[in-house]
Amino acid sequence: MDLSAINPILLLASLMVAATAVMIAALGELIVERAGVLNLGVEGMMITGAIVGFAAAVHSGSPTVGFIAAAAGGAGLSLLFALLTQVALANQVASGLALTLFGLGLSSLIGQSYVGIKPPSTPKLDIPLLSDIPVLGPIVFRHDLMVYIGIALVAVVWAFLKFTRAGLVLRAVGENHDAAHALGYKVVRIRVMAILFGGACAGLGGAYISLIRVPQWTEGMTAGVGWIALALVVFASWKPWRVLLGAYLFGGVTVLQLNLQAAGIAIPVEYLSMSPYLITILVLVIMSADRSAAPASLGRIFHASQ
Amino acid sequence: MLTLEKRPQPSKALSYITPVLAVIVTMIAGGLLFAALGKDPIVAIRTIFWEPLFGEFASYYRPQLLVKGGPLILIALGLSLGFRAGIWNIGAEGQYIIGAICGAGVALAFYPLEAWYIFPLMVIAGALGGWAWAMIPALLKVKFGTNEILVSLMLVYVAEQLLASMALGVMKNPQGYGFPGSRNLQQYPSAFNNELIAGTGMHWGVAAAFIAAIFSYVLLNRHILGFQIRLTGEAPRAARFSGVKPARLVLICMGSAGALAGLAGMFEVAGPSGQISINFNVGYGFTAIIVAFLGRLHPVGIIFAGLLMALTYIGGDAAQSRLQLPAAAIQMVQGMLLFFLLAVDVLTNYRIKLTKREVA
Repeated sequence: MDLSAINPILLLASLMVAATAVMIAALGELIVERAGVLNLGVEGMMITGAIVGFAAAVHSGSPTVGFIAAAAGGAGLSLLFALLTQVALANQVASGLALTLFGLGLSSLIGQSYVGIKPPSTPKLDIPLLSDIPVLGPIVFRHDLMVYIGIALVAVVWAFLKFTRAGLVLRAVGENHDAAHALGYKVVRIRVMAILFGGACAGLGGAYISLIRVPQWTEGMTAGVGWIALALVVFASWKPWRVLLGAYLFGGVTVLQLNLQAAGIAIPVEYLSMSPYLITILVLVIMSADRSAAPASLGRIFHASQ
Repeated sequence: MLTLEKRPQPSKALSYITPVLAVIVTMIAGGLLFAALGKDPIVAIRTIFWEPLFGEFASYYRPQLLVKGGPLILIALGLSLGFRAGIWNIGAEGQYIIGAICGAGVALAFYPLEAWYIFPLMVIAGALGGWAWAMIPALLKVKFGTNEILVSLMLVYVAEQLLASMALGVMKNPQGYGFPGSRNLQQYPSAFNNELIAGTGMHWGVAAAFIAAIFSYVLLNRHILGFQIRLTGEAPRAARFSGVKPARLVLICMGSAGALAGLAGMFEVAGPSGQISINFNVGYGFTAIIVAFLGRLHPVGIIFAGLLMALTYIGGDAAQSRLQLPAAAIQMVQGMLLFFLLAVDVLTNYRIKLTKREVA
């Protein structure tokens, strides 16, 4: 074992990359849950976004087109969930699971002809001056654009929920849909829009994995990241900045265990690969002591009866 | 415009019709999908749903119905108890893997001893393994209020890694020329879960599934515990006032679901699969969720749903080899089935009414 082979600067730099996918997906789910809807289909929407984005990027040669297509794909799949839970008033847990099972099948069906292909590479931003700062430069300022879009999205979601009227309405719908309905807010319409936003974010997160993080297509490549995004929302107590913190924590664990694998530590590879999931469970246990933060109407079916 | 009006009571008749309706709609949508993939939809549907039962090679396919249906029914029966009470154990896949590892572990520990008590011990180990794995989310839920959905699911990934480590490490066949995977239990008579009646596919796991269905039927309809489970699902507040202890229910429902999933894994590893290998699990734990809902969370319904789902697996294999229909298409059709089921279910609980738009 050679721990000195692990370069702390590279470690921190790859941490930011490893955290981005789960962070974007978790932000989308955060908005969905703040609107009072529990969408367990994040994994399915992510993997769909991953393959749709991959296919679009390969055919157009442009990663940007890929990301846009991925967002559209994720949102499209989430529309099914919206129809089921908001129009047909189906159970949200079961519908979310259905979305994941369906998404996994759909993605491997589309993905058959894309195995072994390389996607067009996404350029890394090389901000002059900033990226030349010693230590800090390589860690913070030499990534692809999506890393910064992810961080910006945290700020946007935070500001939206805290300072805008629309954010306030969304929270009202999530806390008490009957009261919001009585005030004249369109509960179903607001929730459908939140679900679509969540789907688009999950799609983006998935495409980040297939286009930048890995970058190639393999079946089931999201490997539970969608579920970790769901756990991250609980960890964050439904607060955007804590999503950022949680995502970096998760990214750190992932990168560290990969580095330990490469360094040939005495622990078998399988046990190291378990660690992100085990730490997610541990964090969930610690955070579940505080249940007051959850939106009060989370997971409840809304039916406006006359 | 069309509006939904809540029925005072869910319609009994429709609750029987909707699963059938969902299957029909899925067949139509599946046919469209197959047509989009350039296959003749009628031939594809026939190959999947008809040929395995009544076609030329039916004698080969029919036993597979029980082999594939057995674990699905066993797992779905366990899940249905929790689902009825609003307890969401979706990590059955992990409990299935751990049951298989424990069962195979017992067998491999005794190898090459031949004795009558080895198989019963394996059964106990399998059930205990699955039970213990399900107890992790159950205890965390009871003690700390941790979300059981996420924890049970995370444990699936942990179990998969554990399976890989077993297949490559501790349980690797010492005479396997370095290939991953354990000894084949089919060649170890004391541990082999052989067909009870040759050529039917009926093994101990299938027998266990039918016994579990009877028990679950009696529990739900004749036992106070079954009443408490149903009450908690339909009216949680009323259940609490009538003295139901939610924590006890969580432990019982998750525990029995885990034990049944563990049993399913153990019977599979000792029988049809034969060995612990990296790709031992094929998603029965997730498909069983569809089976549970399609069967209306009712033991009899689950038996039919399990056999139907098994048919899609078998027919899917047949369509794959004969029509080159991709396996993913079948997986997608299975997912669609749950979608349509949930969608048409609205008819059970609500009535669709034509109303005039009111002028405010």
